[in-house]
Order: sequence, then structure tokens, then C-alpha cells
Amino acid sequence: MSFTTILGLLINAVLVSTPPLLLAALGSCFSERSGVVNIGIEGMMTLGAFIGAMTAHYTGNGWVGFFMGGVAGMALGLMHAIACVSFNADQTIAGTAINFIGPGLAIFLSKALFNSSDSPSLTPAQKLPKMFAGRFTPGGFLYNVVETYPAAYLSILLVAVIWFVFFKSRFGMRLRACGEHPKACATLGINVRRVRYVCVLLSGFLAGLGGAFVTLSTVSQFRPSVIVGQGFIAIAAVIFGKFNPQGALIGCLIFGFCNGIKPLVGSSNAISPNLISMIPYVVTLLALILFVGNSRVPAASGKPFAKDE
Amino acid sequence: MKQKLLGSHLLLTLLSIVIGFLVGAILLLIIGISPGVAYAKLFTSVFSEFKYIIYSMIYASPLIFTGLSVAFSFKTGVFNIGAEGQFVVGSLAALAVGIFVDLPAILHVPLCLIAAALAGAAWSAVVGFLKVKRGINEVLSYIMFNWIAFYFSNYVVNLQAVHKEGGGEASKDILESARLTAPKFLTDMCPYANWGFLLAVACAVLVWYTITKTTLGYQLRAVGHSRTAAEYGGISSNRIFLISMSISGALAGLGGAVQLMGMSGRLSQFAGQEGFGFQGITVALIAGSHPVGCILSGLFYGAMKYGGTKLSLVNVPNEVVNIIMGTIIFFIAIAHVFRKLFQRKQKGGAAA
Repeated sequence: MSFTTILGLLINAVLVSTPPLLLAALGSCFSERSGVVNIGIEGMMTLGAFIGAMTAHYTGNGWVGFFMGGVAGMALGLMHAIACVSFNADQTIAGTAINFIGPGLAIFLSKALFNSSDSPSLTPAQKLPKMFAGRFTPGGFLYNVVETYPAAYLSILLVAVIWFVFFKSRFGMRLRACGEHPKACATLGINVRRVRYVCVLLSGFLAGLGGAFVTLSTVSQFRPSVIVGQGFIAIAAVIFGKFNPQGALIGCLIFGFCNGIKPLVGSSNAISPNLISMIPYVVTLLALILFVGNSRVPAASGKPFAKDE
Repeated sequence: MKQKLLGSHLLLTLLSIVIGFLVGAILLLIIGISPGVAYAKLFTSVFSEFKYIIYSMIYASPLIFTGLSVAFSFKTGVFNIGAEGQFVVGSLAALAVGIFVDLPAILHVPLCLIAAALAGAAWSAVVGFLKVKRGINEVLSYIMFNWIAFYFSNYVVNLQAVHKEGGGEASKDILESARLTAPKFLTDMCPYANWGFLLAVACAVLVWYTITKTTLGYQLRAVGHSRTAAEYGGISSNRIFLISMSISGALAGLGGAVQLMGMSGRLSQFAGQEGFGFQGITVALIAGSHPVGCILSGLFYGAMKYGGTKLSLVNVPNEVVNIIMGTIIFFIAIAHVFRKLFQRKQKGGAAA
């Protein structure tokens, strides 16, 4: 294999394995920055993955499925917001509950609708479309890099959009302030609860999109094992990236890159695939220990905001 | 007063459990299954025969350990989401000692348990060390360590020295002297009967004693309430974090050992995370982080898990158990709202 072919394959692998993590991580940035810990990302992704696959199966349209996956995640986000923002619940507990309800509901519905914990396989036409299909010679560099899911490029573009929202817009300034000092925000007339609701709903929506990307791109069906831990990795990427969208992108790319080289390294069979699978986790930890260090959590993160205090 | 609060926590927990079952019933109705049939099966699978109760206790044992682990970390304000990984390294350590060391049972069993506790403690202490020395968020490192443990376990299971010839994707069996097998009259009823449950109960009492009656426990709780206040009172919070995270890890590691030495006897290659650690979070939450409460909530979860395995016999998706458990913790999370409602009512009643 020539160098460009390998590079092309690698970029392709990164483009497929990064978006689910990245979408969920960007959502987590919203939630965490506004002061709500969302450990339920995993559950939101799993439900999004199922609803996405189910919708695509019935409508035959991958984009509709993708969107509905987001809506399903948002529904769980609404639950989380009601508990954490309206009822001042312990955010970790509510998130843990969502991690039971989301996957439980997904498999439960799959068994009810399809009589199996796996949803039916999607045809290529039912999945997310690829750009420039048939324009390039299969196996070439451009085929691997360009002829892929536009949703993947969109998710990376979203990093820039969210960076702009966070640091250059009024809403972004407010949401960051709500995560640092909600009382001061309330004094200034900012509706802290409303800001947090919006952020937690967005967080659920993006996590749901991330889950749906998995079923609507590579895996082509819902299976109970389809998300396995990606939600938690997204959370880790956000902490790694110090709660910034651009930092989260780097964290997600580490995982995407390591997942990408896995099949390339693993094909030699010299190293146990289990040891190779450990690499992204070890690399993330080492990067934290050596370069990144302390990741400061937004000051009000995890603390409910009660007006009557 | 204390009795009253305890009573109300219990009451709210029971209320949450009822709501959990109601939500489950509604979902079952929606997909056209009679909740009566499903719940009757769940109930009879657990209570209709004595041996089923033993099964529930066997299922509960590892969950009580991980529940204690999480509850213990909560006391110092640490969220041990890494019990999953500590459980795995605990079972690995017990496996290694159980296969490669040949001793009489009276020494072998304690040695396996000690190895598991030490492995779990070390696994968690590294995370504590990173937190204390490098300021690295423990939730992140716990998640990373869970996955490293997961793949490490799969790696070890497939090592030539450990792998069982022709045993599929599993390790060799641990030696008979390392098993926690119960006396014959119990194993006649249920082949998996083991001492794990008694160990779990003993540990729960020990944890309760440590937290409420010892200086260490006082320091743990002080740091959990307010780190700065504890520091002001001369308690080194870093030292306390390291100690509490190590003990929490040891408890989860013991859970892994009990599951291995009591139930499975060997380790299989994982396809996905087994979830004992995450279920431990639920056990701790339902118990309100009370160590003795963990026994009860562990039993409850164990029974639900065991009963859930029988649901497919009546064509009910057993995921309904997860939905019920999730709903229960969800309502426990917002339970304080109900508490306020109740209190307001009581006040109103007293005035009238």
C-alpha cells in the first residue's frame, strides 16, 4: 500500500469514528458550561441510536432518522432538565437514572417492534448519504477522504460554530456565566433556569445525533452494544478539553485516530488487539498527565440553582 | 427527629419504587403486554421457592460490594464511577491467585480475597494519586481506568498460561480450594450457593462502623461536607481522598473476587462492560449511601436482576427491569421535592 492510500484510509477511519463522540462531547460542553453535569450522555446516545435506526427503517430517509435520533436524545435531555433545573435534583443521580432508562427503553422498544434486540439492517439508501458517490475510483485517496458522510464534516464544522456561540455571542457569555456564578446572573436579570434548560436540551439533542450517526453510518442497524461507553468517552474528552469545544475536538480526535489505526496495526497480528484497544485510554491519560494537567470544572457545575436560597 | 428523617427517606424510597413499577407497567401496556403477567412472573421467580431466594442473594452479593464501594466514596464527596474497573482488576487478581497458587482452602480463600482487595485499592489509588498530585479530574481517570481494566482482562484471559484449552473464550477454572462454595445442603438446592452474601453483610457492617464510629470515618465525612472546613480543622484532605478512594476500590475489588470465587469460577472474555460497577451506583443511591441500606437495596437489585432473567419465558423484554430501576433512581433524585410537600402538609396540619 502506498503512503497516500494508508493516509486516506486513516483519515476515512477518523472521519467515521470521531463524529459520534464529537457531537456528544459538544453537547456535553453546553450542559457543563451552563452548570449542569450530564452523565446521562451514554443513555441519550443509545436511545438516539435506536430511534435513528428505527425512523430510517420506516421512512427510508437517513437524514430524517438522524434528526429524530437527536429529538429522542432531547426527550431524555428534557427529563434531565426537569429533574436538575426545575427540581434541583442531584445531577449525578438523575444522569445515572437516564443511563438506565435510555438503553433500557431502546432495547425494550426494539424487542416490541422488531421482536429482537437488534433492529433490521438498513439498506445503503436508508442510511446517511455519502457525498460525491461514484465520483472517485474506489480505494484511492480522494475516495476515502472526500466520498464520505457529509454529516461527519458537518460535525467538525459545528466545533467552529459552537466556539463562536460560546465566546463571541451574548447567549454564550450568559451560559458560561450561569455555570460560574448563577446568583450573579440572576441579579443581572438573566433567567438562569431558562438558559440551563436550553443547554441541557441541546446537550441531549447533540448526544442523540451522535448516537444516530453510529447506526446510520457504519453499523447500519441498532444493537445493544452499539454505543458501549462512547458517551462516557465523550464526557472524558470534554474534561480533557477543559470544557471548550476546540479542546473537546482534540480529545475526540485522539480516540478517533487511535480507533482509526487499530485495524491498520492489528492486521499485522503481532500485538494483541486487546492491548491496541487500550491505546486511546492510555494516550488520553498520558496527555493529561504530561501536558494538560488540571481541568477546572465550571464553578457552579453540579450545583442546583435555587432562587429561594 | 433522626428516626423521623430515616423514616421519611425510607418512605420516599418505597414511593419511588412504586412509581418505578407503575412506569414499567404503563410501558408494558403500551406494547400490549399485561403488566400483571410480567410482574407475577417477576415475583414468583424470586419468591415462590426457597432456592430462588438463594439465587437472588447470589446475584445481590457482588452488587452489595460495588454499592458499598460507591457509597463509601460518596461520603468523601468522590463519585466512584470506576467501581466497574476495580471490580474487574479485583476478579483478575483473585483469578491469578486462584489458578497459580496452591494452598489449603483455609489460606487460599483469604489470600485470593486480599489480592483482590489490594488490586482494587491500587487501581483506585492511582486515580486518587492523579487527582491529588496532578489535579486530574477523577471522573475522567476512572472512566479511562474502567476501559483499560476491561481490555486488560480480555488480554489476560487470552494469555496462553491462563486460557483454558478448548474452553472457548474463557480462562482456566480457579482451584477448588479457592472457591467460596457453600455447604452441601445449600448447593444441592442451588449449585451456585456461596458464602459471598455473608461476606458482603460483614463488610457492610464494617463499613458502617468505620464511617460512624472511628476517627477516620469522622475525617472522611468532614472532608465530604466541606473540604476547606476540614483543612481548617487540621485534616489533610489529600490524605483522606487517597484513603477513601483506596478503600472504595478495595470494596469493589472484593466484589469482583466474590463473583469469581462464588459464582463463575472462571473469567470469560467480555463483549461489553458487565455493569456491576454501574449497578453499584444504583444500589448506593437507593440505599441513600447508608452501608446497611446497601444490603437491602443490593438484595432488591439482585432479586430484580434474577427475576428479570426469567421474564423472557413469558415473552416480556427483560429491559423493563432497567427501566424500572432507572425510574426509581430518577424519582429518588427528585424525592426531596416530595419531602418538602409532605413537610408543608404536616406543618399545615399542626397549625389547624
